Amino acid sequence: MGYISLSYWAVAASALLFVITAALALLFEMGLARSLGWVAARMVAQLLLVGLVLKFIFTATNGWVTLAAASVMAGMAMREVVRRQQRPLAGAWRWLPGPASLLLVGVLALLYALLVVIRPEPWHAPRQLLPIFGMILGNSMTGITLGLNAITEAITRERPAIEARLLLGCTRWQAVRPFAGRALRMALTPIMNAMAAAGIISLPGMMTGQILAGAPPVEAVKYQLMIMFLIAGVVGLASLAAMAGSIWRLTDERHRLRPDRFAAAES
Amino acid sequence: MLEVKALARLPMLQPTSFSVPAGECGVIMGRSGAGKSVLARAITDLDPNEGDVLWRGQSRNAMPAPEWRRLVAYVPAESGWWAERVSDHFAFPGDAEALLEEVGLPAEAMHWLVARTSSGERQRLALARALAMQPQALVLDEPTSALDSESREKVEALLRRLLKEGKALLLITHDVAQARRLGQRFWRMEAGVLTPLLEPG
Repeated sequence: MGYISLSYWAVAASALLFVITAALALLFEMGLARSLGWVAARMVAQLLLVGLVLKFIFTATNGWVTLAAASVMAGMAMREVVRRQQRPLAGAWRWLPGPASLLLVGVLALLYALLVVIRPEPWHAPRQLLPIFGMILGNSMTGITLGLNAITEAITRERPAIEARLLLGCTRWQAVRPFAGRALRMALTPIMNAMAAAGIISLPGMMTGQILAGAPPVEAVKYQLMIMFLIAGVVGLASLAAMAGSIWRLTDERHRLRPDRFAAAES
Repeated sequence: MLEVKALARLPMLQPTSFSVPAGECGVIMGRSGAGKSVLARAITDLDPNEGDVLWRGQSRNAMPAPEWRRLVAYVPAESGWWAERVSDHFAFPGDAEALLEEVGLPAEAMHWLVARTSSGERQRLALARALAMQPQALVLDEPTSALDSESREKVEALLRRLLKEGKALLLITHDVAQARRLGQRFWRMEAGVLTPLLEPG
């Protein structure tokens, strides 16, 4: 196999361009350097830790250990969705549309992938379950965040337009439809770009990894296709569910907008 | 008759009751921020509120809000637009061209880009858009504030036609002369309290 083991020096060298970006951000006082540094440090710590944890889980091959690991991943992803909401809902609703859709759609998609599509033996084998769940969560997280931020921004900034539609006799769902369409497009843009570019402009990350690690290209392609379809489906469904929940909460049964239910209105 | 019964949105709007018979124009005057728009929004149920509004004895609270808003149309002072072309804001653009002429706009205004229209044009387009649903009563917030005198006269002639057809009109305006020309009943809004006036001004 053409598998080249990377030294830690090689990994450190790969960060050079990123360090230059951070230095430029610092130089031009773009107020970005701190968050860039923080994100990079966190990624290194997270991945190193995860490598060790995966080593443990793969050797344990115990369903409960896998479940615990998956729960931690889901919890972190849900927390990230909450934190990245630009206009969160007030009270416990902060946790409902986004994070709940992520968990629900994510778990359903994972079960579908394992029980119907891949069918590993046993079905909860950590080597398949955890990476697939990770990709589902990571991509849905992005989609949900983009979709929620777009729809809540529309409900805030396009209030006159939405209320004009309500005044013309639209229901709350009809009234936000043009903006919901735009928000869904926003949520799906990253995965649609990835699908359009796949294989021509870029080799997708997972496929690149597999090929670099020595897998036959056609096998890597099959896995990549499966992953892309799963991700696109799951991102679409999860963002739709999150947006629907958020629209439902930000309107009421008298078909009016309720921006007072944003968290900002509380204080 | 449009009957407003103990309509309130505290603290901006104290419990308010009044009525406007079909074929008449009620005029509400008052400073900016006095609560005139709060009242108009409460009538069409755009914000949470207490009380009820009736049109010909039918209760607002007893019917779905979209149905009520088609019956009692509200045209806010600032109109909202969600698409690029004017025609995308009309359910049946072809049927509404006569209305455009009545507010002093050419029929081809239907194909204009909203972003290229003036505030006076948007004001009249918003009125035509609301009238296209054939509402029974109208709540108009400053419907001619951005218009020149010629267009304003056209809009007022249109409003007189609607009154003759038996529609009820609730007009919010700063224009005392306009209030005199169109109104039969007058109120002043001050700090969320509506008081009847014998005549405008």
